[in-house]
Amino acid sequence: MRYFFRKKSSREVARDRLKILLISDRVNCSPEMMELIKADIAKVISKYMKIDADNIEIQINTKGARSGRDKPSLYANIPIVDVSSQDMTLNR
Amino acid sequence: MDNQFSTEQKGSEVIVVTSGKGGVGKTTTTANVGTGLAKLGKKVCLIDTDIGLRNLDVVMGLENRIVYNLVDVVEGNCRVKQALIRDKRHPGLYLMPSAQTRDKTAVTPGQMVKVIEHLKEQFDYIILDCPAGIEQGFQNAIAGADRALVVTTPEVSAIRDADRIIGLLEANGFKQMDLIINRLRMDMVRRGDMMSAQDVVDILAIPLIGIVPDDENVVVATNQGEPLVGNDTPAGQAYANVVQRVTGKDVPYLNFDKGISFWMRVSGIFHKA
Repeated sequence: MRYFFRKKSSREVARDRLKILLISDRVNCSPEMMELIKADIAKVISKYMKIDADNIEIQINTKGARSGRDKPSLYANIPIVDVSSQDMTLNR
Repeated sequence: MDNQFSTEQKGSEVIVVTSGKGGVGKTTTTANVGTGLAKLGKKVCLIDTDIGLRNLDVVMGLENRIVYNLVDVVEGNCRVKQALIRDKRHPGLYLMPSAQTRDKTAVTPGQMVKVIEHLKEQFDYIILDCPAGIEQGFQNAIAGADRALVVTTPEVSAIRDADRIIGLLEANGFKQMDLIINRLRMDMVRRGDMMSAQDVVDILAIPLIGIVPDDENVVVATNQGEPLVGNDTPAGQAYANVVQRVTGKDVPYLNFDKGISFWMRVSGIFHKA
């Protein structure tokens, strides 16, 4: 999705805005609440490994939920900075 | 895309044309799809359910022939047949106008169902022009329908409202909902300044039944009160194809659509994350 030195076209901006907007519309969950969930996830995972808390992406995937085939699910993409953190042993 | 055309039911089909947002082309779509079906020899009844803000009569060019309306029918001031205006240009095409001086509370969903049940005996297709919004007018319009055409334009506000409408239709038990993307401008899509048809379909996740290009001939047709379906104009051809697909035929998308799919494919490659 990220191009080199290229500004996003308004078409892409519209599409990306809508995707985020409709997720919160559909599950009736505001962007603020998503931020809170994100912050809490970061807090919990940081106990066990060093993560890049600023670049966590979470989203609720409703694909298939509309037709009743699947339940919506929450996806979190958490970049790990260092897996072999000593903190892990401390948290016993 | 699982497109389940209702070929199993032989009786009449009741279709609601809805969008959520106003001004995206519900009335134009109703007029053109209805007229197109009549041109195929079907018996078609159009019902304007926008009480207080009727428009379908002027788009159809039948505004001077109104005597009774939908509210008169439900209030028992006239028989159903008396409120039907026959379109002399197309045999089999009738319009039941809405009332201009009343409001949405003048009719209930139960009364709508009754009127539609009555009309089902005489018509192949009953097409309901739904008002904007999600209040009682919307509830009235969808009450007797078994299938929906969701109209949207490639704009964020219209798509957001369409998504909400789709959710409400689902909650009301609708199984068949098809998407019409109206006022698409290929030049803008190519420049990257308008969402493509594929973008809209991906976001709304219901089957596509038509793409109608932005075409000034629509304004001309509305000025004249004669739907342009089937005419030699981009929108006229696009609507003719929508009509074919409504009857269950698999019609390929037009040239401008091919352009779209080409660009959809190109952009699709780039956008795969």
